[in-house]
Formats: sequence, structure tokens, C-alpha cells
Amino acid sequence: MSVGLEHYLILSAVLFSIGLYGALAKRNAVVILMCIEIMLNAVNIALVAFSRYVVPVLLTGQIFAIFVMVVAAAEAAVGIAIIIAIYRSRESVDVEKFDLMKW
Amino acid sequence: MFDIVFWILAAVTVGAALAVVFLRDVFRAALCLVFLFFTIAGIYITLHADFLAVVQVLIYVGAISILIIVAIMLTREVWRGSPSGRLRIPALVVGLLLLGMLMFTAMSTKWHISDVPPQEPTTTAIGAGLFGDGGFLLPVEIAAVLLLAAVLGAIVLIREK
Repeated sequence: MSVGLEHYLILSAVLFSIGLYGALAKRNAVVILMCIEIMLNAVNIALVAFSRYVVPVLLTGQIFAIFVMVVAAAEAAVGIAIIIAIYRSRESVDVEKFDLMKW
Repeated sequence: MFDIVFWILAAVTVGAALAVVFLRDVFRAALCLVFLFFTIAGIYITLHADFLAVVQVLIYVGAISILIIVAIMLTREVWRGSPSGRLRIPALVVGLLLLGMLMFTAMSTKWHISDVPPQEPTTTAIGAGLFGDGGFLLPVEIAAVLLLAAVLGAIVLIREK
């Protein structure tokens, strides 16, 4: 069986699940941000695979992937700024100690 | 040939992702993340998305990885490693459930595979799709505003009070 759309979708699903596990289970905020980047990349693989195999003429999937990259760049910049701002006041990047907004 | 390239890239990508999640050393995890971004650029090349592969290397390998490594160095928590929290087992269950659901859906759906050969090079087609008639010109402008807002937000957040 030659490589087709399903293989790319399963690769994307595996990457997304690994990223989801890391984002939920890890305590270091920077590692959580890294896992979110893995999840966004997995989504991009699925989009580009759909674009290649389902609508190869329109390329809409690749255009969507570019927008996902823009949002990922903005998210990384703001996320890291938030982490560093919290680190300044709390001296930690452990998310289990981030309880400023708990009542 | 193409199949072999795909399987090697897929195996290396999954291995790098597992290394990002399970390595104790945060800095090594970040280096594995950079490697993962590179292999995903290779996967884009197997999908005939040449422009996206270059953009992947420029934005992810060039910019976002630098940002993450700088964040690791600024927070000085490398010695503490990346331990798992209390939600480890529920997170594993949720991840495996989602993986099973996604794999079942991907396998059982009848996709309408097109017979048209993929376009090459894609740069012209993507440019026409973004800026041409009936394209995505308004989203492009909104993306520009979003990036400006993100830059301003990052500056405001990180400024010394």
C-alpha cells in the first residue's frame, strides 16, 4: 500500500496527541508552549495533506496553513512575554504555582 | 523511493515529538523541537508544498525556536527539568482517547481523492489565492493587524514597571 492521505492524517493525529499529552501533563510553562507548537504543526500537516490530495488545484489548505503559522508566531511572542512577566514576579515557571487568579 | 522518504521522516518526527515531551532536560527538549520543525519541512516537501517548506524553515526554525530558547535561558529553570504534574495519568488517557478517535475517523472516512497531479511550483498559485480576485485579502490585512497587536502586547507585558 503506497503512502496516501490516511498516512499523513494518522501522522498528524499522532503528533497532535503527543502535543496534547505534553500540554496537559507538563509543569514547566515553556515546555507547555513547545507542546502547543507541536499541536499547531500537526494541524498544518493535516491541512497541507488535504490540500495535496483532495483539492490540489485550489491550494486552500496551504493558504490556511500560512494563516495558522501567523497566529502561531503571534501566540509564541505573547505567550513567552507572559511567561517572562510571571517569572519576574513569582521567580518560577511552574504552572502549578500560577494561582494568581484563583479565588 | 517516495514511500521510504515518508516513512523515515514520519518515524523521525514522531521520535522527536516524544523526545520533546519526555526528555528531562528542557534545553535538549527545545533542540529536539527545532529538529522536529526541520523534519516537518521535509514532510511538506513530500506533499509538494515547496513554498510552505521554506516558510516553515524561516519562521519556525529561524524565529520561533530562537524565541523559545531565549525564554528557557531567561527563566533560569533548566536545572529543574520538565517534571510531570498531577494530571499525568488523565492527560495520558485523554491523549490516547483522542488519538484513537482521530485514527478511526481518518481510516473509516471515504475521502474523495483527486486524480489531478499537484501543482509545481506553488508560489504563484498561493500568491494568486491570497491576493487575487475572490482571495483572502481581508484575512491578510487582519493577520497584519494581529501581528502588530502581538508585538505591542509583548512589549507592554515585558516592560519593566
